[in-house]
Amino acid sequence: MDRFARLLTDLIYTRARNGKLALLADYLRDVPDPDRGWALAGLTGEIDFPAIKAGIVRALIQERVDPVLFALSRDFVGDTAETVSLMWPAPTGPVRGAPGVSEAVALLASASRETAKAVLAGLLDRLDEDGRFALLKLATGALRIGVSARLAKTAFAQAFGVALDEVEELWHAMRPPYAELFAWATGAAPKPDISMVPVFRPFMLANPLEDEVIDLKDYAAEWKWDGIRIQIVSAGGATRLFSRGGEDITESFPDVAEAFDHEGVLDGELLVRGTHQGGGAASFNALQQRLGRKTVPGSLLAAYPAFVRLYDILLDGADDLRRLPWSARRARLEGIAQRLDRSAFDISALIEAETFEALAELRAQARESDIEGVMLKRRDSAYEPGRKAGLWFKWKREPLTADCVLMYAQRGSGKRSSLYSDYTFGCWTAPEAEGGVLLPVGKAYSGFSDEELKWLDSFVRKQTTGRFGPVREVEKSLVLEVAFDAVNPSTRHKSGIAMRFPRISRIRRDKPANEADLIETLRRMTAAGAKADDASKPQPN
Amino acid sequence: MPTGPETPRWIKAEREGLHLPTIGWWIDPSRAVANALVTHGHADHARGGHGEVWATAATRDIIDLRYGTPPGGGDVAYGECIEIGDSITATFLPAGHVLGSAQILLERQGERIIVTGDYKRRPDPTCAPFTPAPCDILITEATFALPIFTHPPIEREIARLRAARDANPDRTILVGAYALGKAQRVIAELRRAGYHETIWLHGAMTAMCDLYQRHGVALGTLVPVSETPRGDLKGQIVICPPSALNSVWARRLPDPVNAVASGWMRVRQRAVQSNVELPLIISDHCDWNELTATILEVAPQETWITHGREDALLHWCAMRQIRARALDLVGREDEDEAA
Repeated sequence: MDRFARLLTDLIYTRARNGKLALLADYLRDVPDPDRGWALAGLTGEIDFPAIKAGIVRALIQERVDPVLFALSRDFVGDTAETVSLMWPAPTGPVRGAPGVSEAVALLASASRETAKAVLAGLLDRLDEDGRFALLKLATGALRIGVSARLAKTAFAQAFGVALDEVEELWHAMRPPYAELFAWATGAAPKPDISMVPVFRPFMLANPLEDEVIDLKDYAAEWKWDGIRIQIVSAGGATRLFSRGGEDITESFPDVAEAFDHEGVLDGELLVRGTHQGGGAASFNALQQRLGRKTVPGSLLAAYPAFVRLYDILLDGADDLRRLPWSARRARLEGIAQRLDRSAFDISALIEAETFEALAELRAQARESDIEGVMLKRRDSAYEPGRKAGLWFKWKREPLTADCVLMYAQRGSGKRSSLYSDYTFGCWTAPEAEGGVLLPVGKAYSGFSDEELKWLDSFVRKQTTGRFGPVREVEKSLVLEVAFDAVNPSTRHKSGIAMRFPRISRIRRDKPANEADLIETLRRMTAAGAKADDASKPQPN
Repeated sequence: MPTGPETPRWIKAEREGLHLPTIGWWIDPSRAVANALVTHGHADHARGGHGEVWATAATRDIIDLRYGTPPGGGDVAYGECIEIGDSITATFLPAGHVLGSAQILLERQGERIIVTGDYKRRPDPTCAPFTPAPCDILITEATFALPIFTHPPIEREIARLRAARDANPDRTILVGAYALGKAQRVIAELRRAGYHETIWLHGAMTAMCDLYQRHGVALGTLVPVSETPRGDLKGQIVICPPSALNSVWARRLPDPVNAVASGWMRVRQRAVQSNVELPLIISDHCDWNELTATILEVAPQETWITHGREDALLHWCAMRQIRARALDLVGREDEDEAA
């Protein structure tokens, strides 16, 4: 446990991602099985002790220390596990040495509701502060130490020089303490066979299209649908749906899972039926009604029927197609899609355009049908996990822009912790000359170069007019051109609007603040605003 | 607030500090007064602008350095007893907090009241050790008065500091420490542990370190960062005020490892929030066990608790039938904490 406790402490105080990776990789290499496997399970949130709940920990500490002193301490620290680790009284009698991770896991797993407190107390007595902290975090399953499951897997891949994609692929077929996975990664055993298990495969992702002009002889075009990207996997008689991060979301979409009756692995966009996006798909907001549910009431299934718009195929049965060119996979997918339940599956249509210019025209019209943009896929591209350059592009429609005034700034985190890099900006309620005031319309922390960031940071420091905790209010004199994908009505913001993906596109030092945009201008950019505008235009006779 | 029959009338706790109403004197007042007894030089105890200040020579030097206007009054040596009027005497006893820090023992007609100011019970090479003395009323600080606060041995923390330096030859180890007391203690403890290399200082540190050296506290070779090419600071220890850690100044150092030497570093969330990579649990205050042990050792008839987490200590006293009350004094915070 000492080594695991040290790892957690070091991870907590290490900001840089590479630093965290190095710490994790060292641990995974140095520590023997099965301790490292259990530790990895703890870090990836794949460990659960049903008898050990936060309430048990609170009840236990109040038997050991004065409850008033505990409550006061808990209020100060803000975290039960840490409070308990800091104030756990030294045992009065002799105790055995510190337990290893595996021993601790075995004891915690064997605990029942009746024995949970005694088991936990016995372990806490054998540990020092850092050890107690690590034990309690592991036992209650809420590490919250700034390490995602993805980061832990990345560290695993780095530790043993194996491909992260392979780790991701094997991961979902493995159970803690992952003996097979470690045996394969260390070269002690061949790669485990997972062909009969429905597991997640890493997605192929697209890069944004910048200024390139694409030859449509080499690239196929599809619409970019605004749902969530999913992978649907069927093997050994079981079907599972995975989100982009590999999270199993089958429970939220039983209608889709049940309708799928083909062994293999498909890639597509999960949407709900509607009219908003064209092609029979509703808006992303409608889809959100279905996300994150453990069980789905029948009424929701009826009101928001889900379906998958298929993009690609990775495996057909046990036949791995990922090395084939896109065009061959597409032909295979079209064949399979015809045999699938039409209510739950359709295929993402290709856009017919003779030239790139013609495609650009079609894309320009896409805003009216609320489509996010266009996807371009190299016809000879294999299915490569991650974002490989030059193979797939997403060509979002042009961003909208507005001139806003910098109002508040806050320091960033990590590398940017010494820089004011998070900016809140506003627009005018009415022209300043008519008594208008600025109201915040958004917040951005990207889009600028390192040089511009330095300049903005120094502007904030020199022009600070007030401080509210970590927030600095600045002289309302700097105009920022802000780019964003869309603007939506919002009841949560005083300005009544919310920007989607705002970023700083230019610093307009040349422009006086009173010439920045009005909130009304932004409101007209919302879908509702645009329609109201259309209605008010004189109709041609 | 219970006021028992034995509470003497010649001392009153006011918002601005402890007041001796029959003679108009104050102890550590938060506003300028005519006559002040001052326990030590931290800004929340020693304000500028008093007419007369009675304190140890070191504390009066610190006040001179910080406020620039030498006050009237005079130096009081440890153990020295001065008469201040209305048959009240004040005796200064070491408090072990920082250079010159004192407890003030007030006596009148056999009644004894001790104002501890800030204090600690651990040895500190930069100041005289706390001397416990019997009294009727103990007015104690309570900065770290929660049972979660138990300070580790300073040797352990100094070893961690040196280990971080050895492990990061390409980075500056930047230690945030209060300019008065903590900085010099960290330096002196590094020296005691056999670290004799140059230690680098932020500009705000140099004058106070000079003052310590003038008062006979050896700190070894100290050089201001401003006189050094930045590249030379790789693998070096630099001491700065905590407020300078995430500043523009710090950005110029080679990839600094942010360390903070403070009792608050015991709590991970606190340390992480302040962007600390190397938390050093080094405090110039008593921890919980030392506070409670001091109350038991001094065994006053009544304990008054000032600035800090008085709720927990009040509760602890109540559970042991120890008479205690909390004083509501303004503006008592660690230096730099408020900044």
